[in-house]
Amino acid sequence: MESSYLHRGFALAVTATIALAACTQPGTSPSAAPSGSAAPVAQRGAGGELKILYWQAPTILNPHQATGTKDNDASRLVLEPLASWDKNGAPLANGLASEIPTVANGGVAKDFTSVTWKLRTGVKWSDGTPFTADDVVASYTYQCDEAAATSTFDVCTGVKSVTAKDPNTAVVTYSASQPFYYQWGVGFNSPILQKAQYANCLGAKAKDCPADLKPIGTGPYKVNTFKPGDTVLYDLNENFRDPNKPFFKTVTFKGGGDAASAARAVFQTGDIDYGWNLQVEASVLKPMAANSTLARLLTAYGSSVERLLVNFSNPDPSLGDKRGEPDTKHPFFSDIHVRRALAMATNRSAVAAQLYGDGLAGKATCNLLTAPEPMNSKNTDSLDVCKFDLNAANKELDDAGWAKGSDGIRAKGGVKLKIVYQTTVNSVRQSTQAILKADWEKVGFSVELKSVPAATFFTNTSPDGANHFWADVEMFTNSGDPDPTSYLSSTASCKQATGKANNWNFGNYMRYCNADYDKIIDQLRTETDTAKRNQLAIQANDILTKDVAVIPLITRVAPTPDGVSKALKGVDPSPWDSAMYNIADWSK
Amino acid sequence: MGRYIARRLLIAIPTLIVISFVIYAILALAPIDPLSQFGADPRVPAEVRERIRESLGLNQPWPIRYVKWVTSMFRGDFGVSFMSHSSVGDLIAQRLPNTLAVVGVAYVLGVAMGIPVGMISAIKRYSIFDHVATTVAFMGFSVPTFFTGLVLIIIFGINLRWFPFIYSSTLQIKDLDTFWLQIRQSIMPITVLALFNVATIARYVRSEMLEHLPLDYVRTARSKGLVERLVVLRHVLRNSLIPVVTLVALGVPTVFGGAIVTEQIFRVPGIGELLVTSISNGDIPVVATVVFIFAVLVVTFNLFADLLYAVLDPRIRYA
Repeated sequence: MESSYLHRGFALAVTATIALAACTQPGTSPSAAPSGSAAPVAQRGAGGELKILYWQAPTILNPHQATGTKDNDASRLVLEPLASWDKNGAPLANGLASEIPTVANGGVAKDFTSVTWKLRTGVKWSDGTPFTADDVVASYTYQCDEAAATSTFDVCTGVKSVTAKDPNTAVVTYSASQPFYYQWGVGFNSPILQKAQYANCLGAKAKDCPADLKPIGTGPYKVNTFKPGDTVLYDLNENFRDPNKPFFKTVTFKGGGDAASAARAVFQTGDIDYGWNLQVEASVLKPMAANSTLARLLTAYGSSVERLLVNFSNPDPSLGDKRGEPDTKHPFFSDIHVRRALAMATNRSAVAAQLYGDGLAGKATCNLLTAPEPMNSKNTDSLDVCKFDLNAANKELDDAGWAKGSDGIRAKGGVKLKIVYQTTVNSVRQSTQAILKADWEKVGFSVELKSVPAATFFTNTSPDGANHFWADVEMFTNSGDPDPTSYLSSTASCKQATGKANNWNFGNYMRYCNADYDKIIDQLRTETDTAKRNQLAIQANDILTKDVAVIPLITRVAPTPDGVSKALKGVDPSPWDSAMYNIADWSK
Repeated sequence: MGRYIARRLLIAIPTLIVISFVIYAILALAPIDPLSQFGADPRVPAEVRERIRESLGLNQPWPIRYVKWVTSMFRGDFGVSFMSHSSVGDLIAQRLPNTLAVVGVAYVLGVAMGIPVGMISAIKRYSIFDHVATTVAFMGFSVPTFFTGLVLIIIFGINLRWFPFIYSSTLQIKDLDTFWLQIRQSIMPITVLALFNVATIARYVRSEMLEHLPLDYVRTARSKGLVERLVVLRHVLRNSLIPVVTLVALGVPTVFGGAIVTEQIFRVPGIGELLVTSISNGDIPVVATVVFIFAVLVVTFNLFADLLYAVLDPRIRYA
């Protein structure tokens, strides 16, 4: 993909979401892999400098105030959560907890209202002071105070309290039965801050907190120098709990530049050990990675899906204040046949092959929810709306009475099938638009393409934005949490329809409203049985595909196509957590 | 002269206030949003975004934000970055040395080389030297820096591996080795920028010299029996430099503004890079401050250039 495949802001958001908390449903067996068990050969400080390059530079080292992946990743070397998410979306005890609580080991209450975390003993902060459950409680107090305006606040929703039972036990209590009981404490959204360092940064004072630029942590490295927007230099943390780790004496985390030259620095010159998010044209990246003796490409799939959204409201500017409001009806997309025809005329496999290198950066999919695997619907591939078939699309429209006019554009009752199709400015997206437009026009749509800079697109304040969706079709990538409830709910439930009333802040940009779908989401909120939850998620996904509310296109590599030196051992990317979640295990 | 300077400085104050207002208004009204960083991320729901917006002070009407910004700036407080929560002054102070080390050096080199090259080109008009210099000069200002930058990276950074193409701002010059590293990592960006500067100044000097060489006073000097070297250096060059001095003085603010494209390509964390990333992050306090400081420099150096005129050309008098 081209370097600007995603505009900065967008890439952040996307990767941030991908790396977010993973879904572990009750019953999945968590892997117990204390960080001490891997790579026994590693010796503390035996390696020299580890060089990491992000083309977006970290600007703050406190994930609770972060604006993107770069910040979360850069702080993960220092700040740790209780546990990490492994690549299958199961919690991994490589953080501050000594084991993963489950119903079986008594750590999780049978009614899923509380989780008791046993903490490692003898852990010290990098300043030498002991880590205790009080720090966990203090982190909760900091993070879950509305006045602190933390960007990670979402994991606080439904958490009643976090208390210290004794210095080595923390108890997370939810206000109601919480099937996703690892919500608080696992993954990069719940890193533990030092109580003493943040004592003066609570509530409204959180905004200008000097600690955010030099946090004291329990992680394998500590901050030596941080230049916001540029570089972080880390030193080995002598107080790290595992005496054999970390392997590298220092780490340089450099930010800035572009993805293309970052890819060259990884694959061609070997100047860099780890290059993040190498979103370069597939035709360039593929041979570069294949011919490199120095580095390899990391690919893993999470839930990032490039999708088309169909507008159910009326974007006609003549409506004035009512334009695109949830109570209006789209002139032709309110007809299911038109939506179905559009889906059948969408050639996702051509897009996957030509623009995503068929597996290099993404694969074709007809699911909005692609991960975790048990929730990836197998029902959609056989659906007619998921197969590219121009004849079927034509027939669908003919049968529904949309007749072609002399200009080749179909119309019915004076309404013409004229589409405005918007997305962000970026070369892969513009190429996707061109491919789809050609096919859609063949079945009688008239398509006007529009591209908006990402900073203007992903905002509720711009009339050209994805949120206003004052167009007929729009395209972007989003991803969810492995517990898909909030993702599915915000994307398409009736109550989440965006509009003037909520200042276009809600996530259902399509203004789709389907009682059956909402019912499933409500069930998902309370269901505790894993198999049933998987089934409900699949049902919700299938409704969106069958009803053509969304047209999923591509499931994208996640976290991102990163490049890593072949000499570097222990890198094992998880789509659900920070790329740096196991950096203590990295060695050469 | 003193009264003239005082008058100019007094005029500068309302000018700068108007500029600051325009900058802030454009930024406030432009559809840039610091929260667009979160994209469509469902993990940062609406109420969380609203709270962040509020904590950044964005819920206040922009004229109020403007007044707060301007008044605090008069107290020397440039505000706090939305992204890093650190003071904008600190950010700029961190970036300035990098910009000066690369853009500043390139500018000095450009001036130091541009003047002699232009001079020789003019004196030896249509010689081989002149042709070569002219060709290089045209290339220098017609080929954009992002292109020369990439060409240099591919040739010297990737194929030959002579120079690193990732600039390290944390390199501390302690001995000859680290000094050599600093030179190696700055060579490519400096070359790209200096090429452009040399080209501009050499062309200017050349045409000014050519204008002056056939004039009467030059003939007089020669007929007095002055050696050619003195004729050129003392008479022609001195007179030709008047417009060049203006050009150089007015170019100084651009040094502090950094080189946006070149800094981005070579990952030099300078002011230009700060400006670009801050714009794309919607970091309004940083953008407003950097642009405003730039405006102050432009106003100051304009005055400075005007004063230099008077020094170099005795016919100009300010009263």
